[in-house]
Amino acid sequence: MQFGIFSVSDVTTDPTTGRTPTEAERVKAMVAIALKAEEVGLDVFASGEHHNPPFVASSPTTMLGYIAARTERLVLSTATTLITTNDPVKIAEDFAMLQHLADGRVDLMMGRGNTGPVYPWFGRDIRQGIPLALENYHLLHRLWREEAVDWEGKFRTPLQGFTSTPRPLDGVPPFVWHGSIRSPEIAEQAAYYGDGFFHNNIFWPATHTRKLISLYRRRFEHYGHGRADQAYVGLGGQVFMRKNSQDAVKEFRPYFDHAPVYGGGPSLEEFTRETPLTVGSPQEVIDRTLTFREQFGDYQRQLFLMDHAGLPLKTVLEQLDILGEEVVPVLREEFAARKPAHVPDAPDHASLLAAKGTDEEAVS
Amino acid sequence: MTEVRRIVAVSAGLSTPSSTRLLADRLTGAAERALGERGLKADVRVVELREVAHDIVNAMLTRVPTGDLPAILDDVSAADGVVAVTPVFSASYSGLFKAFFDVVEPEALDGTPVLVGATGGSPRHSLVLEHALRPLFSHTRSVVVPTGVYAASADWGADGEGARELDDRVGRAARQLALLAADHASGERDSRADPVDFADLMDGLGR
Repeated sequence: MQFGIFSVSDVTTDPTTGRTPTEAERVKAMVAIALKAEEVGLDVFASGEHHNPPFVASSPTTMLGYIAARTERLVLSTATTLITTNDPVKIAEDFAMLQHLADGRVDLMMGRGNTGPVYPWFGRDIRQGIPLALENYHLLHRLWREEAVDWEGKFRTPLQGFTSTPRPLDGVPPFVWHGSIRSPEIAEQAAYYGDGFFHNNIFWPATHTRKLISLYRRRFEHYGHGRADQAYVGLGGQVFMRKNSQDAVKEFRPYFDHAPVYGGGPSLEEFTRETPLTVGSPQEVIDRTLTFREQFGDYQRQLFLMDHAGLPLKTVLEQLDILGEEVVPVLREEFAARKPAHVPDAPDHASLLAAKGTDEEAVS
Repeated sequence: MTEVRRIVAVSAGLSTPSSTRLLADRLTGAAERALGERGLKADVRVVELREVAHDIVNAMLTRVPTGDLPAILDDVSAADGVVAVTPVFSASYSGLFKAFFDVVEPEALDGTPVLVGATGGSPRHSLVLEHALRPLFSHTRSVVVPTGVYAASADWGADGEGARELDDRVGRAARQLALLAADHASGERDSRADPVDFADLMDGLGR
């Protein structure tokens, strides 16, 4: 089981002080947060991709490459990489390069984004969102696996005998997660390729999330990648912790009430009841996170949203200390004790390389 | 065993009792009788939007359906027929009525028979059915029954010919709804349960 954090990279005014960080401060804060994630023993740091203010993460591989140079173990990922509006050739190149620089500590999550105008800004039609995600990924999948690609599709200019460089590290493409919150087509796509499926459930009630995940699991088995309970599932989470539950609620409430995404909507209490948001003691976070397994089955990756809504860097780093010291060690033990032996861990470079070796031996 | 058709009435009336609810009840009662004439049993649920007004705003702002709203949305998407009744506010359906249908999933009413109704103080707003409600449910790809029912305050006290007019319209609209609901494929349409095969998704795309 992997534990990590994902950042949307928002530049948001701290509602308690009225102070807004500069873009430079926010970019450096994201790096500090990633380094802290490794320091406290987390497994994954994932950056979002946005192309409009108030977000700074327009160039994830640049940031992840920098973090790669300053970390040893952390897996660098995205949440998400826009498969709809990025050129799949450039994704193939950027992430293969990152793989080499990071010695294989790279995977990525495909997504369609949540900002409509990004499509026209990059010359695409939002009504083609699903077909773009399907066709672009199919090309990306081939570019990492075939030396010379002949390609003619609906969206991108054709390729004849094209070789994307550098080739993936050790001939092993990065593992891919497909992120979707509402599209059965994307669950079907993830299942078809035997890739991972990530549901960012932080704004969704469990009943909805369960339907999409169970669809993905069922179809993963249908396409012959293993049993349904062996499919690779990732989930989001959102927490704010203090030793005493009441202190956590008191400190987090102004951030919740003014957050661009939920301000003016449900109360903090309603929101914590209906969604995975947990504001309380480390033990409450442990208990809540363990319920995800009961609701969605054994899963491989848990990412928490920690730096958002104007929370100052100092607070976020304190949160990561609590997460790494008090929450994740307990969760690792509890999840490991509950997981049946036939359920795999999330693939990483080493396991994919080993699996490739086995396949090649079987062929020869 | 008698077959069942699920009828969900959505009433956006604000007062208790409201004439909007009164009209919704008349329509569902008539629909129940009309289904009965076809040998079908009606399972009727009436939703008062006032009771979930805050939840509707929550869902609109954050997409998180709180309180009783998720169950109501499930019922609407599983309905074999919907009776949608709103008071006329500022020359159209009420904001609450529209806000509710804005948070219903886009595909939830695809193919669902819908009977539209509206209430107002004067008969001069009766065309709200044609210029506001009917286009809304065309957009949701619903099958709007030909007869919509508008009730002005005066209709509730009409005698003789006037009283029969409202009654006749209610009966005619309900029979039309029952006709369509009787044939409506039962069971919830849910692409999460029954996915499109990957090969079909890739149809026409580069491989």
